Amino acid sequence: MCASAQSWSDHVFQLLKDHDISTVATVPDAGLTGLLELCRADAGVRVVTLSSEEEGIGLGLGTWLGHGRLLVCMQSSGAGNCVNALALPAATRTPCLMLVTMRGGVDETNPWQVPMGRAVRPVLEAMNVACFEAGQADQVAVLFEQAATLAFGEGRAAAVLIGQSVLGVKRFNE
Amino acid sequence: MNDAGSKALSRRELVANVLASRGEALVVAGLGSPAWDLFAAGDAPENFYLWAGMGLAAPTGLGLALARPERRVLVVTGDGEMMMGVGSLAVIGVEAPANLSILVLDNESFAETGAQQGLTASGVDLAAMARAAGFAEAVTVRDEAEAQVLPEVLFKKPGPVLAVAKIALTQDAPAYPSRDGACLAGRFRENLAGAR
Repeated sequence: MCASAQSWSDHVFQLLKDHDISTVATVPDAGLTGLLELCRADAGVRVVTLSSEEEGIGLGLGTWLGHGRLLVCMQSSGAGNCVNALALPAATRTPCLMLVTMRGGVDETNPWQVPMGRAVRPVLEAMNVACFEAGQADQVAVLFEQAATLAFGEGRAAAVLIGQSVLGVKRFNE
Repeated sequence: MNDAGSKALSRRELVANVLASRGEALVVAGLGSPAWDLFAAGDAPENFYLWAGMGLAAPTGLGLALARPERRVLVVTGDGEMMMGVGSLAVIGVEAPANLSILVLDNESFAETGAQQGLTASGVDLAAMARAAGFAEAVTVRDEAEAQVLPEVLFKKPGPVLAVAKIALTQDAPAYPSRDGACLAGRFRENLAGAR
């Protein structure tokens, strides 16, 4: 893992603690590896592996109803799977905090990733999710703090989108 | 069509009978008829009704069950709703919450949209899928005699458990909970606030 990924993962992990987020639901992505390893190593954080990302939206609602707090993490393609589910936080005015590692940016080497990658922000915004885009590693923690404060303070959906400029680009060796 | 014929269970009676044994259980209803059934059986702040998010009743119940391990959580949903969220059976099997139960009201139809045939009409077996996902117990009941086991299975057996009840395809009297999602969620949380 490169130094910047270690750094933002450490900061986000600390913010989970600060915001009493004790469940992390995910369909993993390479960019989430550091954060998920920190979560799995901590007895106070439950990592729930999902079969599809939208389950995390329902799981988050149920967790909130039970007075808990959840973060759902996914790759950008998973944001597309969440669209209909995002009616739940919108209609119930409950928190939904998402961390999305992006594919499909300008340096993407797999063109099949581009349509959903380009659609993430407009699609999430259409479903009333406030989006916070981090293009540099040192922005991630600041934006995560803002998103978590908005989500849990106002009872709404918020997503931190971490760009490929932070994560690096997946290469296909041929 | 439902192969249980005239003996098929009445959904409203079944849900009312099951809920009579709920005790302190928290109940999440999937969208459509199961939510109306839950409301018809008696509204309570321990009830949460989904009005959207098809496929998400079980994940919502899982989140609640993990957050409140001291309370039994029952999800009441339909066969189409459960089928859309069938992957969540695997998630539940892995997390293995001992306090989570799912009751699937299976009329083998998309009753809310015009009674089009559903996948369970062709033999898809949700109880077998739950067992394969690692549920502690999964049963299918087809008549009133078999349905007698439901309170025991849903509220006493260590979870996760799933029960499929083969119900008749019926048109029932309207029974709608509030459509104000914020009100439903706030009521549910406030009721739980002092309960731990």
